[in-house]
Amino acid sequence: MIKKVASVGLPVDEVLEIRKNRILPERHGGSGKRISIVTGIHGDELEGQYVCFELQRRLEGHRECLEGIVDIYPAVNPLGIDSITRGIPAFDLDMNRLFPGNIDGSMTEYVAARIIEDLAGSDCVLDIHASNIYLTEIPQIRINELHQDILVPLAEAANVDFIWVHGASTVLESTLAYSLNNIGTPTLVVEMGVGMRITQEYGNQLVDGIFHLMKKLGIWSGEAAPVRKPIISRNPEDVCYLNAGVSGLFVPVAEHGARLGRDALIGRIVDPLCGKVLDEVRAPEDGMLFTIREYPIVVEGSLMGRLLKKEVCGYE
Amino acid sequence: MNKTTLYTLKSLYRDDFRVTGYEFGSGKKSVCIVGSSRGNEVQQLYCCSQLIRKFRQLEAEGRIAAGHKILVLPSINPCSMNIQKRFWPTDNTDINRMFPGYCLGETTQRIADGVFREISEYQFGIQFTSFYMPGDFVPHVRLMDEGFSCPETARQFGLPYVVIRRVRPYDTATLNYNWQVWDTQAFSLYTTSTARIDPNSAGQAVLAVMNFLSRQDIIKYTVPGGLRSRVVNDADLISIRTAKSGIFVPMVKAGDTVEAGQPLANILEPYEGDILETLYAPLPMTAFFVHNEPLTYADTAVIKLIES
Repeated sequence: MIKKVASVGLPVDEVLEIRKNRILPERHGGSGKRISIVTGIHGDELEGQYVCFELQRRLEGHRECLEGIVDIYPAVNPLGIDSITRGIPAFDLDMNRLFPGNIDGSMTEYVAARIIEDLAGSDCVLDIHASNIYLTEIPQIRINELHQDILVPLAEAANVDFIWVHGASTVLESTLAYSLNNIGTPTLVVEMGVGMRITQEYGNQLVDGIFHLMKKLGIWSGEAAPVRKPIISRNPEDVCYLNAGVSGLFVPVAEHGARLGRDALIGRIVDPLCGKVLDEVRAPEDGMLFTIREYPIVVEGSLMGRLLKKEVCGYE
Repeated sequence: MNKTTLYTLKSLYRDDFRVTGYEFGSGKKSVCIVGSSRGNEVQQLYCCSQLIRKFRQLEAEGRIAAGHKILVLPSINPCSMNIQKRFWPTDNTDINRMFPGYCLGETTQRIADGVFREISEYQFGIQFTSFYMPGDFVPHVRLMDEGFSCPETARQFGLPYVVIRRVRPYDTATLNYNWQVWDTQAFSLYTTSTARIDPNSAGQAVLAVMNFLSRQDIIKYTVPGGLRSRVVNDADLISIRTAKSGIFVPMVKAGDTVEAGQPLANILEPYEGDILETLYAPLPMTAFFVHNEPLTYADTAVIKLIES
C-alpha cells in the first residue's frame, strides 16, 4: 500500500512527494510491531535501493509469515537521487543535518519533520547508507554511544560484519538516527558498499539480517537464515585511519576486507604526469581493512582506508 | 605590511592551495579578520581587499597603535573560488563546518586545523560570512548566544543591528563558535550580498570594522557620528513565508521600512503569470532579509522583518 509521507509543490509544474510502501500482514491480529526501512537521505547512496526491492521480493513469497508491519521508505530525498546529488539540490544542504526538522519551518525542515513524525513509534528503524562515492565499506552498523544499550542487541541480529559504537558529537544531533533514538524510536544506521553503485552481495546479506531482526521482534514467523557474529568496537583506539600524505592517484594493492600484517602494502599514491610513485600506503598495525578508497584521485588528507586492529577482530 | 603564506596544500594537477595572510602592526594578537570560506563569497573577499588597502595606508601613516597586530585572511578557500563552487572541490565539504580542524584528518579538517593554528589566540575575531539561503541582508553583526562575545562590544561596529543567534548543533563546527571556545571574542559580519559585489554595503562593512578597531584603540581613525545598534535575538525576526511555490517578485529590498499591510512580494504562477499569493507586512518594520532568487519554494521564509 503506497502512502504519501510528505508533499510539497515545487515552483514549476511538479510536486515533490516522499512515499512509503506499507506492507501489512495478510491476516488480522499479529504482533502489531513495526519495522521501518529508510534509505536515500543522501541521493548518491544507492545500496539501500536494492535492499528495499529484495526485501519486498522475499516478503511476497511468504506473506503468510508476516506478523507485523513493514514500512519501506526507499527515497526520502527523491530530488537528490534523481539528480545524483548527495544533498538536497538547490539548497546544497545535507538532509541528514536537518532533523528533527520543523513542521512550521521551511520546505526542507517540513519534509524532515514529516519523516520523523511518520517513523516515530516504529519498533526498529534501519537507516541504510552507502558510505559515499569515495569509500567502500563492509556491512556495518554505527551506533552513538548514548544509545548503545538498546541498539547493540538489535544490531547483533542484523547480520552485519561490524558494529561500531562511536562517541557522541554535537554535530550528529541533527541526524535522522539521533533524532529518532532521542524520542525512543530505536534506529540503526547501516553503512555498506559504496556510493552510486549496488553491491548485491552486501544487499542480500543485509536482507537476511532484516528477516532475522524481524523474527526477533515478532514481525516474521517464517524461516530466517542464521546471522554472522559481528565484531563490536567501542574504543576509538580500535580503528586506524589512513589518510593520504600527498595528493595523487591512489592505486590499491590490498583487497577490501583483507587481514593485513603490520607494514603490509595497501596501495600506492602515484603521479601520472611524471610516472613516479609519490608515497606508499602501509598498514600501521595488524588488522582488517574494513574501509578502502574507491575514488582514485586523492588530495592530502583524503581518507584512503580504515583498519580495525587485529585484537578487536579476534582472528588468528 | 607583511604578506605571508599561512597554509599550503599540494594538488596533483592544480597550483598549490595557499591561504595567504596580511599582517599589520606588531605586538599582541589583537584582531584577526577572515574573508571568504566558501567559493561564492566574493563580497566577503572584496571587503577584505578593501580593508587591506586601508590598513596598508594606516600603517604607512603610523596610525596602527603600537603593540597591536592585525591579521587579515582574504580567503581561506581560493581553490573553490577559482572554479565557482561553494564548497570544497573534491568532496563538497564546507571548511566552515570543520573547525577547529584536525591535523591528521581529512583534507578540509586539515585546512581548518592549519588555518585555526594561525588565527586563534587573537583577542577579537571577525568573519565575513554568508547565509545558506540566497538573499540580501541589511548589514549586521552576529554573535552566538553561548561564549563570551558581548553585545555591547558588538555595538562598537556601529552597524544598524546586532543579532544574537541561538546556537544550533551544526554551529559547533563553525569558525565563529570555535574562536570563542579558545577565548577569542568572535563576530560574524553580514553584508548585503554574497556572490556579487555590492560596493556600498562593502564600504559600510569596511567602515564598521574601522569603527570597531578605532573604539578598541587598535587604530587611529576618525569615527563618524556613532550609530547606536539595536540588539535583537534571531527569534525576534518575523519570517514572512510563502504558502505557494512559483516565481518570486519582490516589491521591497533589504533595508526598506515598510508599513503595516504593505505588499512585500508576489508569487506568480510560472506558466500563466497569475498572482498565486501576495505577501504583506503584518507590522510597520524594516525588511532585514529579502530572498533574491527568481523562483521560490512553498513554506520558505523569503522575507524577514525586524523592528525599525
